[in-house]
Order: sequence, then C-alpha cells, then structure tokens
Amino acid sequence: MSTATEKQSLSTSLIASIDLAQFSFANEQRTKAFEAFKTIGLPEPKNEEYKFTPVTRSLSKHFSASELSKPTDANESVKSLLNPEFSENRVVFVNGMYSKTLSTITSDSKVTVQSLNEALASNPSLLFDQLNTTDPFALLNSTLWSDGLYINVPKNIEEQKPLFIHHLHDASSEKVSAHTKLFITVGESASLQIIEKTDTQGNQPVFNTISEDIIVGENGAVNYCKIQNDAGQLIQVANTTIHQHRASRADTYTLTLNGQLIRNNLNIIIDGEGCESHFYGLYLSDGDTLVDNHTTVDHKKPNSFSNELYKGLMDGKSKGVFNGKIYVRPHAQKTNAFQSNRNLLLSDDATVNTKPQLEIWADDVKCSHGCTTGQLDEEALFYLQSRGIPKATAKAMLLYAFAAEVMETIKNEQLKNYIDSIVSERLHKSY
Amino acid sequence: MSKDNQVLEEFTSKEYEHGWTTDLESDSAPKGLSEDTVRFISAKKNEPEWLLEWRLKAYRHWTTMKEPQWPNVTYPTINYQDIIYYSAPKQKVQPKNLSEVDPELIKTFEKLGISLTEQKRLTGVAVDAVIDSVSVATTFKDKLGELGIIFCSFSEAVKEHPELVKKYLGSVVPPNDNYFAALNSAVFSDGSFCYIPKGVRCPMELSTYFRINAANTGQFERTLIVAEDASYVSYLEGCTAPMRDENQLHAAVVELYAMKDAEIKYSTVQNWYPGNKEGKGGIYNFVTKRGLCAGDHSKISWTQVETGSAITWKYPSCILKGDYSNGEFYSVAVTNNYQQADTGSKMIHIGKHTRSRIVSKGISAGKSQNSYRGQVHILKRAENARNFSQCDSLLMGDQCGAHTFPYIDVENKSAHVEHEATTSKIGEDQIFYCLQRGIDEEAAVALIVNGYAKEVLKQLPMEFAVEAQKLLALTLEGSVG
Repeated sequence: MSTATEKQSLSTSLIASIDLAQFSFANEQRTKAFEAFKTIGLPEPKNEEYKFTPVTRSLSKHFSASELSKPTDANESVKSLLNPEFSENRVVFVNGMYSKTLSTITSDSKVTVQSLNEALASNPSLLFDQLNTTDPFALLNSTLWSDGLYINVPKNIEEQKPLFIHHLHDASSEKVSAHTKLFITVGESASLQIIEKTDTQGNQPVFNTISEDIIVGENGAVNYCKIQNDAGQLIQVANTTIHQHRASRADTYTLTLNGQLIRNNLNIIIDGEGCESHFYGLYLSDGDTLVDNHTTVDHKKPNSFSNELYKGLMDGKSKGVFNGKIYVRPHAQKTNAFQSNRNLLLSDDATVNTKPQLEIWADDVKCSHGCTTGQLDEEALFYLQSRGIPKATAKAMLLYAFAAEVMETIKNEQLKNYIDSIVSERLHKSY
Repeated sequence: MSKDNQVLEEFTSKEYEHGWTTDLESDSAPKGLSEDTVRFISAKKNEPEWLLEWRLKAYRHWTTMKEPQWPNVTYPTINYQDIIYYSAPKQKVQPKNLSEVDPELIKTFEKLGISLTEQKRLTGVAVDAVIDSVSVATTFKDKLGELGIIFCSFSEAVKEHPELVKKYLGSVVPPNDNYFAALNSAVFSDGSFCYIPKGVRCPMELSTYFRINAANTGQFERTLIVAEDASYVSYLEGCTAPMRDENQLHAAVVELYAMKDAEIKYSTVQNWYPGNKEGKGGIYNFVTKRGLCAGDHSKISWTQVETGSAITWKYPSCILKGDYSNGEFYSVAVTNNYQQADTGSKMIHIGKHTRSRIVSKGISAGKSQNSYRGQVHILKRAENARNFSQCDSLLMGDQCGAHTFPYIDVENKSAHVEHEATTSKIGEDQIFYCLQRGIDEEAAVALIVNGYAKEVLKQLPMEFAVEAQKLLALTLEGSVG
C-alpha cells in the first residue's frame, strides 16, 4: 500500500508546488486549468483511461514534485540532434522554450508561424484554448506550459512546404520537465502539413507534455505526422485535438519507434458534414518501454467518413496499449467509421492490451472495428527460408511488410523515405 | 422512414404477455438487511453452522464494498434496506408428489405453459421449479438418481450433500468477488444444485424455471453445477416474471465447475418484465455467472437469449484453467423501450492450447441502450491460446444506442486473438435484394433479423429453441409490422 500513498502524495505535492506567479502570460487560462487539475490530480492506477499506463508511477520513480513543476534551462549543444533532412522549414523548441536561433521559417509569408508567447503579447485575446479537454496531463500542460507555437494559415492558402517542429531536450546534466502548447488554425480551403519530432540528449529522465489544438476550417486540409524516436529516458504525454469543420480533411500519422513511456491521446472531432479523416499509427516497442495510443473520433455531424489503422510490433518486455473510441452521436446519420488494430508479439515477455470501443447512437451508420493479436506467420517464414533467405532476414522482411501497410499511406515522398529508412534500420538492427 | 415509425409503434405497443400474479401467502423476512436478516434466512432454512458463518463473512465483506459504477447503465439508487430478502410460499407439509403441491402453484406453471405433469410425460425434462426462492417440486429425481446424478434444490443439497456443497460453494465465484456476488452470498435463499458423477452423460436436459412472484422481493438464486471427469450435462434456465410497477432486484450467482474431459452446456432464455413503455418498473438483473474449466479438455458453453429486464448486467465467463479446455459464449440480447443491457463475456485463458469463442448479437430498438462488454485475457503461460470474438449490433430506430467495450489483453506471443465488431441497420441493399425476389419488406426484415440471430439460436437445445424463437418472434412481430 505504500506505493499507493506515494502516488497520492506526488499528486498532492505537485499541486502544492505549482506557483502560478512564475508565469507572466495567459494567467487567466492557467488558473482555470489549474483549478480543474486540482480536482482530478494525476491519474491513479484504477483510472480507466490510464489503467495499463502507469504514468504517475513512472513520474514518482524519477521526479520529485518540485522537479516537475519548474522549467529547466538548456544549452545550445543540443543542436547536434537536429535532422539534416528537415532543415528547410523548421521550428525548434529546447526544453519547452522556442529557440529563435535554431529555427528557420520559410513558410509562405501569409502564413503566421510564431512563438505562442509572442502571439499572446501582440494579441492577448487570442483564443488558444477553446477546445476543452479533461485529460489530466492536458490540464497540467495548460497550467505549466512555458512556451508554444501559434500557426495560422489564412483562407485559400495552400501551404505546400511541410513545417517541421522539433522538440529537443537537454537532459545531459539535469532532469527535464518541459511543457509545450501548440495552437494551429487552418482557414477555409487552406491546407497545412506538419511533421513533429522529439529528441533527447543525455540520460537524465525527461517529462514532456505536448498539447496541440488544431482547427481545420471548411474545406480545409491538414496533414500531420508525429515521429517519436527518442533515445532518452522520455516520459511523454501528447494530447492532440483536431477539430474538423465542414468538408475538411485530416490525415494523421503517429509513428513511435522509441521512448521510455509514450502516451498519445488523439482526439478527432468531426463537427461538419462531408468530412474525411484518416489516422494511422505504427508502434515498434522494445526493451521495457511502453507505448500507449488512445484515439477518439467523435462523429457529431452526418455524412462523414473516418478510417483508422494502427499496427504494433512488441518485442522484449515492452507493452503496447491501444484504445480506439468511435462515437457516433444522435443524428450523425450516414456515418461510415472503420477501425483496425493489429499487433504482433515478438517475445515471450511482451504484452498488448487493446480495447476498441464503439458507441453508436444513430441507426443509419456503418461502423466496424477489427483487432488481432498474434505472432509472425510460421508458414510465411518457412516459405522464405525454403527460398534460401536466412531466417533473420526473412523475419525482418515480414516485419517490414507488416509495417509497410502504414508507411505507404504517407504521401510526402521525402517524409516517406525518411520513415522508411528509420523503420528499416530499426528492424535490421534488431533481427 | 414513416414505415419504420409505424413498425416501431407496433413493436413498442406490445405489452408483456406473462403479466399476472398469483396470490400465495408469503412467509417473509422483515424489510432490510443486517446480520439479523442473514441469521433469519439461515435459521429459516435450518442451515448448518458453517454455512451461516460463510454467509456472515460474505455480508461483512459486502458492507465494505461499493456498488459498481462502471456499467453503461443508469438507474435510481437502490435502497438495500427497502428490500425483503426472504419470502417462501407457505406450505404445511413437504409434498411427496405433485398432487400434494399447492394447486395455486400448479396453476402458475400452467399459465406459463410449463405444466409439470405435462413436461414429465411429454418432454422428458426434469424441472426444478422455483417460485419465490424455495424449490417446491422436483421431478425425475429418481430417474436421475439411478445414474448417480444429483439434481435438487440448493437447500436440499445443503442438508443431504453438505460435503459437496462445502467443497464447491464459492470455488468459482468467491463470496467477495463483486458487490452483487457478495450480496447474494450473504442472503441467497435457494437455487439449484447439480452434480454429475464421473463418466455419466446426463440423458436429459435439466431445467429450472425461475419466477419472481411476491412484490418487493429480491431474488437471490444460487446455482451450482459440478461435472466430474468425462461427464456431460446440458442445463436450461428460463425466466418470466409478472408485471410490476416497482423495480425488483435480482442478483443471482451461477457457478459451473468442469473437471477433466467434462462438458457443461448452460442455456438461458430470459424474459423478465422489462418495464412498461415509459420505462417504469421492470426487473434489475445483476447476475454473476462463471464457469471454471478446471480439468484438461473440459468445455463450458454459455448460450443466452436476453429479451427482458429493465436493466441487465451480466457477463457469463469461462476460466480456462485446464490445458486444451474450451469456452464458448453465444448471446442474443434484444432491448426495446427504455431497457438497458450491459452484457458480454469474459474468457480467461490460463491453460495451454485453450480455445474460446464469443458470438454476441445485440438488437436495440426504441430508446434502449445495448452494450457489449467483454474481456479476453491470455495469460503468460497460456501457450497457443486461440480466441475469436464477434460482436454485432443491429439498430432499429434512431433513438437507441449500441455500444461495444471489448478488452483484449495478451501476454503470450503464441496467442492468436481476433476480434471483430460491426454496427449497422438492416441494409437497404439487403432489403432491395429480397424485394427483387418477390419477398415483401416485412418478410424481408424478419428474414434478415432471423438470419442475424441464427448463429446463436441454433446453439440452443431443442426444448429451448422453441421458446427462444417464440420470444424473438414476439419481439420481432411489431418490428416487422
């Protein structure tokens, strides 16, 4: 029982150690979020949403309350982590702070890309937190965020150049607690591509929350790719909410290759007719890591389409968690919603917990979910071996083919090649 | 759409057919629950000391527990002190044969269409009839006795086979398992006990008719079925209940214990009073059903057709402990008006090469909410486990809801787990195909829904299939127009 009291105490002492006076902006929103956070606290082990993902336990193992509530300084040496592939149009955050020197923004001049602090300084009435969420870490993020990004694509602007958002953590000498907030609006008939990545330098533990609110206007489109391949001791909770207006389209990719404990909450709100939403996920876990993807698609209006495909490979002692919710609200007739989750367990100690969930209140709909868990097909492996391919190569080939179903849906060639290279490297290194 | 509305109107205007009460003088416990109530029930039934202790332990544990909030159902808070926990139909002497049984009781069964004498003669089904918590008549006992099969009421089993009851009671559903199981363990009034000895194949379907009769009486049944090595039994449970305004709580516990090579088939047709069109009244059915495949190569199969109850909260489960053991769950759940059902199955794979199959078909109409909640858990040592789950929902009308909450937890890489679920209404293309072949719309809907549920219905034993089809037809009658 001592661990239970520890967890309880972390939540309480965290609340006690948060001092909102240290922040000089958005205090009204912070106070509101903090009040909401106070009532729920950090998720306890029995919390249904965090049942298999002990974020609180991991945090209490690595952090004290004061280490969680204070921002951490960083030095510029982290720039060695930057990817040369994505140097062209890039925004960099170091330990949660926007780095002007490392960022190079070459987006269309009509597109606003600026630090959220700056955006708030020039426009204090900017409604950056209009999408409500009840996730404890989203509320914690809204309380503690140190910096963020504001992107606005005005009406009819189709931005072709993807924007690369890189979150760097310098954990070489001390523990890091970094909280970033992104607020993105894509106007009517406008479009935007975003690639987001997290990297850590050093071996100290990192606690990172990212909260993203993306609003896609009528007939607009957003293409959003999250790459999680962090070699550090990263505990990350990302909350992404995409609010789709009429006839808009969203394509979302969540690719997790590394990270100690990763939790992604992806919420898609379909709030207009004729929307299309595709979301794909690929998670390869190894060692004693945990990857948790919680997705929700909320069909509020009729005649929309959503399609979800999440695939996972679990090796070592790793855990994969998947929860996919599909809500079809009353009157959201003619909704088509499909979901599929496939998992391969590669070792005796790997586990997977999956919970696909449908909640339907409208009758004229087509919804389905499917989910499978198994291991590599022995016959396929044998077939390849009988053709003279060594077992290890054959295994890597089959795993690659398994992952390829997700990867080939990526439209941007440069991004696709990059993902392909890191996934191939990972699979060939391991097998 | 107007046709749908008309269809639904007829569907919803169907009143409960079996709504009547018989006037039997009750010998009831005072309202409310305390240790004294538990002692009263135990004393009333002349129970041995160990069973009273067992009940009291369950009661004390129950007082520390909280009513579960997670099921996807809403109902007014139950006042557990406002329930009569024991009521027995009055009888002066223990009847030796049917002619000595209270004629009122016999009439009750005749109204239900299950005359004991008729059944005895025609169907070969042994009936352990339960009216308000006490078994009144048991038939075919001698015939079963020849084979060494014990099939009797629970209280009788406590008197005559205390060692068996003591050994297996609570072995599958421990008294502290959950809130309602603990409540049942404390105050259970009666139920059925069935013991199939080694190598015996029970020659007939064993059946119990449950009825809830006196107003304000919670029913706390306890069923325990033990199948020894290489034995087989098929058990039927059917329920109808008279119309009532006040909600009635029913918290039963069913335990199945299958040893090596044994097979237990448990079928239920449930048609309790679902409340009226406005959602008033109806039965709360909070049941714990669990089977343990203790021995290798054992098999437990659950089949249920659920059409009644205001609220159903029920998860027949299989614990597949023995290697090569097999669990099955087949369910059709129909909800209408304001009915709420949260039902499904749990398959816990512990042994190697264990297999399980879940087929769940939900049909929701009116303003009802129908949820499937299930768990497939493959434990680490359960090598080569195999599961297939399918849960389909059919929605009729735009004010009902269908929900699916499957949990799939896999800890062994050799496991092969598949789950699929669909939600849809009857496809316009399916109807069109039928129309094209000269089948009118009403007949087409009937055809499609029948086909939809057939996979489950065909699992029912002959004796039950008739009633199940009748029940489903009754429910479908309105919807087909």
